[in-house]
Amino acid sequence: MLVEFAMHHAWLVPLIPALSFLIIVFLTRPFEKLTAFLSVSFMAISCFFASLAAYGVFNNHELAEHPLVYNFFNWLSIGIPGANELQINLGVQLDPTSAMMLFMVSFVATFIQLYSVGYMKGDPGFSTFFSYVSLFAASMLLLVISSNLLEMFVAWEGVGLCSYLLIGFYSHKISAREAAKKAFVTCRVADFGLLLGILGLVITFGTLDIMELNDKINNFKEYTSYGTLTLLAVLVFIGPIAKSGQFPLHVWLPDAMEGPTPVSALIHAATMVVAGVYLVARMMFLFDAVPAAMNMVAITGGFTALFAALIAITQTEIKRILAYSTVSQLGYMMLALGVGSLTASMFHMWTHAFFKALMFLAAGSVIHAVHTPNVWKMGGIVKKMPVTSWTFVVGGLAISGIPPFAGFWSKDEILVATMNSGHYVLYAMGAFTAFLTAFYMWRLIFLAFYGKEKPENHPHESPWTMCVPLVVLAVGATVGGFFGMPWNNMWAHWIFFGEPHHAGHVAWGAMISSVALAVAGIYLAYRLYLKDTEKVKARQLAEKYQFWYQLSFNKFYIDEIFLWFNHTVVDGSAKLMYLFDIYVVDGIVNGLGGFARLTGDGLRVLQTGSMQNYALVFFLGVLAVTILMAFTGPSAAGLVLGGVM
Amino acid sequence: METCIYNVIAFYMLAAVILGSAVMIVAVRNIVHSVLFLAACFISMAGIYLLLDAVYLAIIQVLIYAGAVCIMIIFGIMLIRRADMKESNLFNKQTKLAAGVVAMTLAVYGILAGKTAWTDVTSNVPVPADSLDKIGGLLLSQYVIPFEVAALLLTVALIGAIMLAREVKADGDN
Amino acid sequence: MVTISLTHYVMLSAILFSIGLFGVLAKKNAVSVLICIELMLNAVNINFIAFSKYITPADFMGQIFAIFVITVAAAEVGVGLAIIIAIYRNNLPVDLDEIDWLKW
Repeated sequence: MLVEFAMHHAWLVPLIPALSFLIIVFLTRPFEKLTAFLSVSFMAISCFFASLAAYGVFNNHELAEHPLVYNFFNWLSIGIPGANELQINLGVQLDPTSAMMLFMVSFVATFIQLYSVGYMKGDPGFSTFFSYVSLFAASMLLLVISSNLLEMFVAWEGVGLCSYLLIGFYSHKISAREAAKKAFVTCRVADFGLLLGILGLVITFGTLDIMELNDKINNFKEYTSYGTLTLLAVLVFIGPIAKSGQFPLHVWLPDAMEGPTPVSALIHAATMVVAGVYLVARMMFLFDAVPAAMNMVAITGGFTALFAALIAITQTEIKRILAYSTVSQLGYMMLALGVGSLTASMFHMWTHAFFKALMFLAAGSVIHAVHTPNVWKMGGIVKKMPVTSWTFVVGGLAISGIPPFAGFWSKDEILVATMNSGHYVLYAMGAFTAFLTAFYMWRLIFLAFYGKEKPENHPHESPWTMCVPLVVLAVGATVGGFFGMPWNNMWAHWIFFGEPHHAGHVAWGAMISSVALAVAGIYLAYRLYLKDTEKVKARQLAEKYQFWYQLSFNKFYIDEIFLWFNHTVVDGSAKLMYLFDIYVVDGIVNGLGGFARLTGDGLRVLQTGSMQNYALVFFLGVLAVTILMAFTGPSAAGLVLGGVM
Repeated sequence: METCIYNVIAFYMLAAVILGSAVMIVAVRNIVHSVLFLAACFISMAGIYLLLDAVYLAIIQVLIYAGAVCIMIIFGIMLIRRADMKESNLFNKQTKLAAGVVAMTLAVYGILAGKTAWTDVTSNVPVPADSLDKIGGLLLSQYVIPFEVAALLLTVALIGAIMLAREVKADGDN
Repeated sequence: MVTISLTHYVMLSAILFSIGLFGVLAKKNAVSVLICIELMLNAVNINFIAFSKYITPADFMGQIFAIFVITVAAAEVGVGLAIIIAIYRNNLPVDLDEIDWLKW
């Protein structure tokens, strides 16, 4: 009964956090405790509805094929009614994918808000923070259940805005402001591509409704050519490239760590950054129709995964390592989509949300305690902060792909899907990335949590509001993968594209090799960073491969390339434009004005103001007309006497 | 149409007087003399009207033009009299230009008048002898509305002239 | 046989009209311009009456038109003189060369 209600009122899920945003902004801003209680409890209610709806969806197999779509009202009607009218409805679409996301986003958001109560204590912007987070949750949930692309785009921009606000939350810090701008501008640039793609879809197919688009693209030959569809797919993909931190527009994501840590966990690890992946998943029918676009998605994803992992192995700031790890994992998700496995991608998104949110929150807890983000200055924290440390270790095991933790199952699923689709190079890249992931993650763990205690640090365990979410998420990171084990394959029954996934077939080879790679990575990290207490080996290696070390440490100079591009190409063309504006455009405009003034000056002389002068000209005119009529007309007599005769 | 020789002589004499006095009107430097030539011009024109069998018009030409209009202009000149009346009627700066335009006008007019085949349209019916009766009848029957409008126009012009030329009060603002 | 035809009257009218036009365009004194306008109107009247006699002798159309022209001319002279007097009253120049109030 309640499940039915939740399923048919899924729009409540985004509405509740939106309400909490409004209430906080307009009513409870001065009362911090009330704000925190309100925000967390509203989020929890929303999560409750979301889980009921998700439960309902997963008990109804029909919905995988025929999503539940509710259009509440006609938002916009453009064009001639009846003929080529574009109807845009405000609605929700509930199917297993969106139900899973709905549950995941609201669940993670609830616990991160709870965590923030402790983390943000004493901050002057406490209430503001909660209002932003509520607004973010509302936008993200709306994005997830949107039934058409325009609605989705609005929510997409909404989450972008919240991301901007929250990255720049410590606006007294210049680096935070710069990072916020960078994130916003980078995403804006890419969103323009997405917007173009959406416009192209409207023009080509005359609808924005996802289900209608699905039907129409399945036989797109009636509407457009293969080339146009490829272009549309590429344009749509540009948006996710920035939002989900794919190469080369990933640059904003590591900088986004300037924001408060719960924000990094919520927005820049678990939810918002997967919006791009989710969009591609939603538009899977579009990409599936054009293999070229699919390959592009797969290659972008695979390359990003490897690329970010290579950067992550040399970084020193704990949150930056996690950020590059996020980029890398997002690359995995894109890779999975690109090889056509919606199941694996969504599964990895699901498990990643748990272990990455967990690791960010734990990292926040650590930074909270030792007041430095540098992993080299930490060490031996495990004794003082057992909850934080052990939950982080769970996250590390999960992301490295050690069974039975969640990450193992999903990453394995992706690698198997890649291999099955015949992308062997991408499989090799993915497998190598898995090795690197284990290495850099355990490098972080060994450096920060084990080893010698640093005397200048006085770490202490965090309050319960911060520990409870850690534990809950750690449980999620442990058991979250059981839904998708190759033996039961529950996940593939619910979330798939096209045909349901294979069942019962277990790829032992891939499984064993990925476990071996993960263990090798962990062992390498152990040798370099824990056993070798003086870190001699690590330093020697860094010096021996100085070039590669610097390349990785400086993030492959992508930022510098962008800067160079900006300074030479963009500024140069801007200068050209400026000169064009000054000399050509202004020249034409001023020239026209000057011409008018000169003619005016010339013609002004004609206006003497003297009546007789006017009379003279008037008579000249009369004369001219008379001559014209008399000597060109049929007969002079006709003119002179026409009136009389 | 045959014309009596006296009529021909009369026409040329009257025409000579009209054109001569018209030239003098424009040429003399004293405005009062100008008006005198104007009166002479008007009176000779009444003679032309008589040649054209327009008795009524000849009468009102003498009454209105030679009488009323000339006197009115003389009064106007008296009211705006200035010291050097001898130099009161000079040419302005665009005289040569005006002469050119006028010459062209006259040429076009002359060519048109010469080219037009007047004989095609002239009728040989003589003007009725009782033209005064006819005109009176027409003015009060067929042309009664223009007639009344002309009366209204005269009234308006009269009142307007009075308003315009009215003596300004001492405390008036202009 | 010497006769007086319509052409004679038309030519007389043309010359008179031209003299009047020249006066209107070339004289400095406003009253003089008024006088010359009278000349032009009279030239027109000669035309009307001549046409009336030679073309439509029976219905007096030209003569009646001439009557209206005379009426309007009388009104015009009256108003014109009144305007000139008003200008003079306000101590403004009566020389048309100096009257350029229609300027921008």
